[in-house]
Amino acid sequence: MSSAVMNSPEKVPQPDTGIEKWMLRLYVAGQTPKSIAAFANLKKICEEHLEGKYQIEVIDLLVNPTLAKDDQILALPTLVRKLPEPVKKIIGDLSNTERVLVGLDVRPVS
Amino acid sequence: MVKTTHTTKPPAELLLKSPTGINGLDEITGGGLPQGRPTLVCGGTGCGKTLLAMEFLVHGALLFDEPGVFISFEEKSDELSKNFASLGFDLNDLAARNKLLVDYVHIEKSEIEETGEYDLEGLFIRIGHAIDSIGAKRVVLDTIEALFSGLANETILRAELRRLFRFLKDKGVTAIVTGEQGDRNLTRYGLEEYVADCVIFLNHNVSQQTATRRLRIIKYRGTSHGTNEYPFLIDEQGFSVMPISSLGLDHPAGTDRVSTGITRLDTMLGGEGYYRGSSILVTGTAGTGKSTMAAHFVDAACRRGERCLYFAFEESKNQIIRNMRSIGIDLEQWVNTGLLKFQNSRPTLYGLEMHLVAMHKAIEGFNPVIVVVDPISNLVAAANEAEVKSMLSRLIDYLKMKQITAFCADLTMAGSSRERTDVGVSSLMDTWLLLQILEASGERNRGLYILKSRGMEHSNQIREFIMSAHGVELQDVYIGPGGVLTGSARQAQERRESAETLEHRQDIERKQREIERKKTVIEAQITALHAQFEAEKDDLELVIAKENQRDKTIVQGNLAIARSRQADDVSHQQESAGKTGKGKRS
Repeated sequence: MSSAVMNSPEKVPQPDTGIEKWMLRLYVAGQTPKSIAAFANLKKICEEHLEGKYQIEVIDLLVNPTLAKDDQILALPTLVRKLPEPVKKIIGDLSNTERVLVGLDVRPVS
Repeated sequence: MVKTTHTTKPPAELLLKSPTGINGLDEITGGGLPQGRPTLVCGGTGCGKTLLAMEFLVHGALLFDEPGVFISFEEKSDELSKNFASLGFDLNDLAARNKLLVDYVHIEKSEIEETGEYDLEGLFIRIGHAIDSIGAKRVVLDTIEALFSGLANETILRAELRRLFRFLKDKGVTAIVTGEQGDRNLTRYGLEEYVADCVIFLNHNVSQQTATRRLRIIKYRGTSHGTNEYPFLIDEQGFSVMPISSLGLDHPAGTDRVSTGITRLDTMLGGEGYYRGSSILVTGTAGTGKSTMAAHFVDAACRRGERCLYFAFEESKNQIIRNMRSIGIDLEQWVNTGLLKFQNSRPTLYGLEMHLVAMHKAIEGFNPVIVVVDPISNLVAAANEAEVKSMLSRLIDYLKMKQITAFCADLTMAGSSRERTDVGVSSLMDTWLLLQILEASGERNRGLYILKSRGMEHSNQIREFIMSAHGVELQDVYIGPGGVLTGSARQAQERRESAETLEHRQDIERKQREIERKKTVIEAQITALHAQFEAEKDDLELVIAKENQRDKTIVQGNLAIARSRQADDVSHQQESAGKTGKGKRS
């Protein structure tokens, strides 16, 4: 995970299928063990369950503190599901995959 | 993680304080809240925590040039703006001028899923950013307990709260943290554990259907502070605490005097009346003329062109005007010219604090020189004695500060000690007049004493207080062997005395006439005697003359005889003539 990744949205190429698109935003503050773990966990979960239809944006609040207000961020790391609506928030290092999936409302691929 | 910017704190030689700008609170705390430290404000729902916190920020921004950050966990920014607009605080304007920053932190448990470790760095960043963006010196977290309902992991929360308060201290901001009252603890989640410097408790009690708000400083580390429960008010001017003796008895004491409106009473009070800016208490049982004295005082003041405010808790304005007209005082003219204002309200209408506010506001609005409270005893109906006393002492303190002469009437119960007031305020008063009913020979008459009058010579005598169609007159009472006489007994005594005097005078006149008469008689007698003497004297002189004539004739006769006998010695002749004379006479 490079700092470029941390501060700019990581565009994952995806086919324009017209189906559900997942826009995820991960708020962190610097590269702490928790934020690194959260990003790694998220990446893993998305690859497994949302392959090809997700987009992760990592926002470092140390760089852009004003952004914390818009998504009502308190705890870090926080994962925000911007799309699909409604907005959902998951806080913590995302180590519990089950709970992340419940929080994101992702039905596991059968 | 955030590198907390360690702003240099002043050396902790002396505890610096951030004034709140809230009426009374700064007096109780001895200057304000501890600077650079968090203060916990706790209390039940609707007790005014948010208001106190917001006023701290607004006053800081407006009066002390200290920008503030309001982190709201409960109300949105626009809701806050609306709520405080009714108090005359324009939050939007302050925000536009970078004096105030309101940040609404939204926590909704249902929207949040917790997975694994986290911290509250996001909140820290938000607060830190808000502080840095406007250079804030003051921060309010209202109320941080919302975190407990929004986040499940209390272990993390508590650790983070501890870090948060340290973070705030490191930032060097003076913070207010509000907390809801808990069952056993001061706050529901034990916030007092983290905020060790200053804890203020707000209380909202209802007793006898009247709500009273009170404030108490539970703890203020490193400084002395008022420890009482202080009543406070929230009205359209915001938050104001009424410290019982916040003014520290340092009000000015002028030597100006002001007439009582009753000439004889002026005379009794060293000839000039009350001191301006002093407090006057008139006590008496029902119908002794307390309101009448007030009316006289007011009338005299209005004649001098001074503004008077009359708080009537017993009678309506029209009733007072009518009643005073019957003793020849026309108060209506002063009402019409705007010099006199009546403020009527039933004591039971609202609680004491509201009375005090209403009075404060009326005084601020009307700006009078004289304030009449008639009667103070009726306020007891609205609260208990101790509360009334504290309220009155605050009112009197306030009036003294403003150099307003306060005239308070107090109704005492018949039968109780005369030198005792129902609400125990006599010690606050500078001049105390006692109106007393003197019952004797089947009638009730009014007597007036001056029980005390600080700083001036005053008469120690009782005067009879007479109400006539021309107002009040004070009369000397009759003090004699039979005791003090008033009313018709006095008049009878006076008549008796005047009759006696008349008799005395007549007696004297009679005696004087007698003297005159005697003198005349004696003088007449003297004249008569004199006349008699003159008459006798004339007779005797006539006899003497005759005798002399005869002697002469005899001598001449003898000489002739001698000549005829041709006597030789003249001297013999003379001698013999003498002898002859002698012999004739004997």
